[in-house]
Amino acid sequence: MFLLHLFDLNIGKEGLYNMGKTTAEKIFATHLVDEPFSGTKVLKLDVVLCHEITTPIAIDDLIVRGKDRVFDASRIKAVIDHVTPSKDSKTATQAKILRDWARRQGIKDFFDVGANGVCHALFPEKGFIRPGNTVIMGDSHTCTHGAFGAFAAGVGTTDLEVGILKGVCAFREPRSIRVNVNGQLPKGVYAKDVVLTLIGMIGVNGATDRVIEFRGSTIDTMTMESRMTLCNMSIEAGGTSGICMPDMTTVEYLWPFIQGEFATKEAALADYQQWCSDDDAAYEQTIEIDAAGLVPVATFNFKPDQVKAVTEFTDNRVDQIYLGSCTNGRLEDLRIAAQILKGRKLAENVRGILSPATPKIYRDAMKEGLIDIFLDAGFCVTNSTCGACLGMSNGVLADGEVCASTTNRNFNGRMGKGGMVHLMSPATAAATAIEGKIADPRNYL
Amino acid sequence: MKTFGGPVLFLDRDDINTDEIIPAKYLTEITKQDLKPYILEDLKLNGFDPKGPKTKNARVIVSRANFGCGSSREHAPWVFEVNDITAVVAESFARIFRQNMFNCGMAAIELPKADLDLIFSHAQDADASMNIDIEAQTLTMTMTGGGKQKTFNFELSPFDKALVLAGGWVDYADTKY
Ligand code: SF4
Repeated sequence: MFLLHLFDLNIGKEGLYNMGKTTAEKIFATHLVDEPFSGTKVLKLDVVLCHEITTPIAIDDLIVRGKDRVFDASRIKAVIDHVTPSKDSKTATQAKILRDWARRQGIKDFFDVGANGVCHALFPEKGFIRPGNTVIMGDSHTCTHGAFGAFAAGVGTTDLEVGILKGVCAFREPRSIRVNVNGQLPKGVYAKDVVLTLIGMIGVNGATDRVIEFRGSTIDTMTMESRMTLCNMSIEAGGTSGICMPDMTTVEYLWPFIQGEFATKEAALADYQQWCSDDDAAYEQTIEIDAAGLVPVATFNFKPDQVKAVTEFTDNRVDQIYLGSCTNGRLEDLRIAAQILKGRKLAENVRGILSPATPKIYRDAMKEGLIDIFLDAGFCVTNSTCGACLGMSNGVLADGEVCASTTNRNFNGRMGKGGMVHLMSPATAAATAIEGKIADPRNYL
Repeated sequence: MKTFGGPVLFLDRDDINTDEIIPAKYLTEITKQDLKPYILEDLKLNGFDPKGPKTKNARVIVSRANFGCGSSREHAPWVFEVNDITAVVAESFARIFRQNMFNCGMAAIELPKADLDLIFSHAQDADASMNIDIEAQTLTMTMTGGGKQKTFNFELSPFDKALVLAGGWVDYADTKY
């Protein structure tokens, strides 16, 4: 099914001068502010994203240091998304610190209760991420935004603090791993299956300090939503950023936001394609995946690289189905799940929870009649929030419970102490909802 | 001279993740000190007790490959810091965790597997301890009996070293950029 090519380049940087550049190398070259030590590159940031879990401590520290400033309020975007509306006084305090700061600093793109949704779904939907951008956030799944041809990396609170204050961040320049996915995905197989299969192949640290570049005809025909699903899970293989090549699909997605900047879509495309990797760019490793050979998969146990075909464990019982998150809580995901759930009901032993990732997705799903399908099937539909994905609210598991989930992380205790998570596509989650045990979505399509 | 060290806590497993180091439900704590009791709370490992004396006395953690994978939460280095653990020695680290350690002025030190195998062969020593010299880039392990010592060399990137010596990245960046 797979071919794994390993090319160990073993050439110094000088040897690469005459070769083409990858997207990541082009972005590094154009954003370089300083190289204080060999191997460390300080980049200028185009966008700094913030949420209420990791940002308040950075804000407090800036205040303590007497540096309560921001480098550019228009380049900072903030949302309350992890626990919202606040569930107790601690989370209310976190929300308040972020809210007060956004007002104080004049950050206009701040999304509060009523307008808020999961960061990595909401910010792209607002058109904030463009090809060639450098993006950081105090959140490991920031790699999602690489779907737009950007370099997008999760960072800790200290890096975020410096990003907010100075608009720069230091990186070791990552090498790129090229993943070629070619051919047509079989019925019942989606971007989630592609990326879980890849993580199963290369392991949870297979891409540490690397960028994963997703290429090939399968990716070319994918929607932006599916590309975001791929890039979102790059970090589960240790990757710094996922990256897809900007193309007409990217332009179409961004068009409502960029039509003032470009006369035509073709002009936008021509401009954005400067960020595409050159044909003769060098990769540390190239992985070939034949889309036609893929099957629906899910994780077992507590690591995202423990992946097998759903047909291998269709007897595993589950207690809860969770549809949502920055991985698979978008409209396309809801449509796929609804297609399977239409006219059917949750199995008696399970409960179902749906959190559309943003208010727009929620509203569009309502207009399309999808929400009715979920409600008729017996799902609880919550507001847009991370909530259960990280075991914070709206669907935390009890000790010993099992969740079939469209999220991205199955660590021990992730969705609640003593709980277990099987990661899977929305289609597999929907089939599992109907049977009450892990199920093959192909039987319902 | 910047040194780290003291009694060692051995965590003999690959891929120890940030949820195991500090579960997400504690990310609502506002101060670092509040994180203190929850160190490694969800880590399930034979013979390991998050509340036991070995955890309490530890000043250095030794582990295997891909330590600190998962979330970007800087709460992971912080929960170590407030428990007086200021260095982690492992075969490799997840990128964000490693950078967070240096950004906090703490040390994430990589050693080859062969060296770690040797160090782990003393995991049962009651009083195994380490001394880490950042400038000299050496790690000295003291085994049971006090007298027996072995020294290992490690490498830090110049930037990471500068961050440890400076005690962090915020002031450095503010004066420079
Ligand atoms: S949905 Fe889950 S993985 Fe995504 S940002 Fe929220 S907590 Fe993180």
